[in-house]
Amino acid sequence: MTHISIRNLNAHYRDHQALKDIVLDIPRNQITVIIGPSGCGKTTLLKSMNRFLDLVVGTHISGDVLIDGESIYAPGVDVTEVRKKVGLLLQRPFPLPMSIYDNVAYGLRIHNMHKRGRGLDAAVQHYLEMAGLWDEVKDRLHVPAGRLSVGQQQRLCLARGLAVEPEILLGDEPTSALDPPSALHIEKRLLALKEQYTIVLVTHILRQAKRLADYVVFMYLGEMVEHGPAQQVLENPQQERTRAYLEGEI
Amino acid sequence: MRKRLSRRHIEEMFFLTLMGISLLIVTASLAGILLTVIIKGAPVLTLDMITKTPQGGYYLGKEGGVLNAIIGSLYLAGGGTFLALIVSIPIVLGLNVYARNTRWANFVRLSLDLMWGTPSIVYGAFGFTLMLALGLRASLLAGIIVLALLELPIIARAVDELIRVIPAELEESSFALGATRFETALAVILRQVLPGLATAILLAFGRGIGDAASVLFTAGYTDRIPTSLMDPAASLPLAVFFQLNTPFPEVQQRAYAAALILTIIVLLTSLGSRCLASYLGRYTVK
Repeated sequence: MTHISIRNLNAHYRDHQALKDIVLDIPRNQITVIIGPSGCGKTTLLKSMNRFLDLVVGTHISGDVLIDGESIYAPGVDVTEVRKKVGLLLQRPFPLPMSIYDNVAYGLRIHNMHKRGRGLDAAVQHYLEMAGLWDEVKDRLHVPAGRLSVGQQQRLCLARGLAVEPEILLGDEPTSALDPPSALHIEKRLLALKEQYTIVLVTHILRQAKRLADYVVFMYLGEMVEHGPAQQVLENPQQERTRAYLEGEI
Repeated sequence: MRKRLSRRHIEEMFFLTLMGISLLIVTASLAGILLTVIIKGAPVLTLDMITKTPQGGYYLGKEGGVLNAIIGSLYLAGGGTFLALIVSIPIVLGLNVYARNTRWANFVRLSLDLMWGTPSIVYGAFGFTLMLALGLRASLLAGIIVLALLELPIIARAVDELIRVIPAELEESSFALGATRFETALAVILRQVLPGLATAILLAFGRGIGDAASVLFTAGYTDRIPTSLMDPAASLPLAVFFQLNTPFPEVQQRAYAAALILTIIVLLTSLGSRCLASYLGRYTVK
């Protein structure tokens, strides 16, 4: 079942067309992986789904993105609500300048989702558990988040994102700054989370795409060349350019 | 190969020596200033100096102290710094959260830079003109306002530069959770620059408390401790200036004692803000 529908999406950055007429349906509760060479528009496509392109001055967007059939670009849409619904993991973890506890509680507080005290404590524990970080930090919740290792920081960012109860998780090469064991840890979490969330990942690591993807989108020079179930696209690509990319030629 | 290596070694030695010399100049200047003030001022720095206001005949070398100037200076610089702080925080957040790199923002930055470069006597003269126009007398309040203007660009530009080097992703992390720009500014950006803010406040306070020209016309000078914002207020730099200008060696010596007191206040604030900055910096993301 479709969760995110992208309809004739074009994105221009000044004179450069970063996305060309993208039409794509992203399935619910699966991991969709966007692959393609650098500069092909993978990240632009990803960031069109939580209105992060708005933050880049000089970007012009036409077309539409619908989540559960509702446009997120329609006039009057509250951007903060869109971003609450659609979480994002960045390439490198950026913990907020506060304690581990407050990093997770931050989103709950700004959205007034929990009362102070006990309820908040329980929620923080719950999301840290979901991100697989609780056991490592339960005795030092109030130390600055910056003291965690990079891998732990990325899981903290995951917990922080889960805390605002999104339906969709976006990941912009979320393991590329991590050492292999930490990357694997994040991958395991994502696989576990797809039961409850629709996950969209950008990656340039083909092996990662093979490990995680249920659905694959191949982008090249701003165009969506091919998309379909992972097995089909990765093992039996229909397009010449997809085949060339998978074989390392482009 | 040997020759090249030795030329590079000479280069290295040359720049090391240059570095050593500049270090020496800096430390020697500071030591020179401190020694002068201590040698000339310490012998007459009695308890009376810091606990009493000038008594009859003080300026002829009789008894009394400069408590009026100590309190006056703390009021002036404290008030000025506080006022500058509460005005500059909205300016800085406005610049970085909403205006960003627009033409308008850069115009504000240029204005602040020009304000920073304006000599303090000009602030004094400006304040004086304003007071005349409004029919006000020299007062603590006027001094505080002029010092706030003098300190405002220091705090605003220092913090502005700090915020500009914050990685965009830190802000984005907060936006990604559905936070508004305002929430992000308060909870993330301000928190990230808190230690730098403490340093900026110290810089501004240091400039304010050490400035004579801007308070000369605006706060005036008095032997009494001000009891209201409308009273005139004395200040340490002016106490130094007036006492140094007298023909009596005893009084001149007391000028150095007043300078020593000023130096100690600045030193203590500096140390205090260092501790504060490292305490506030524990959450800062590197």
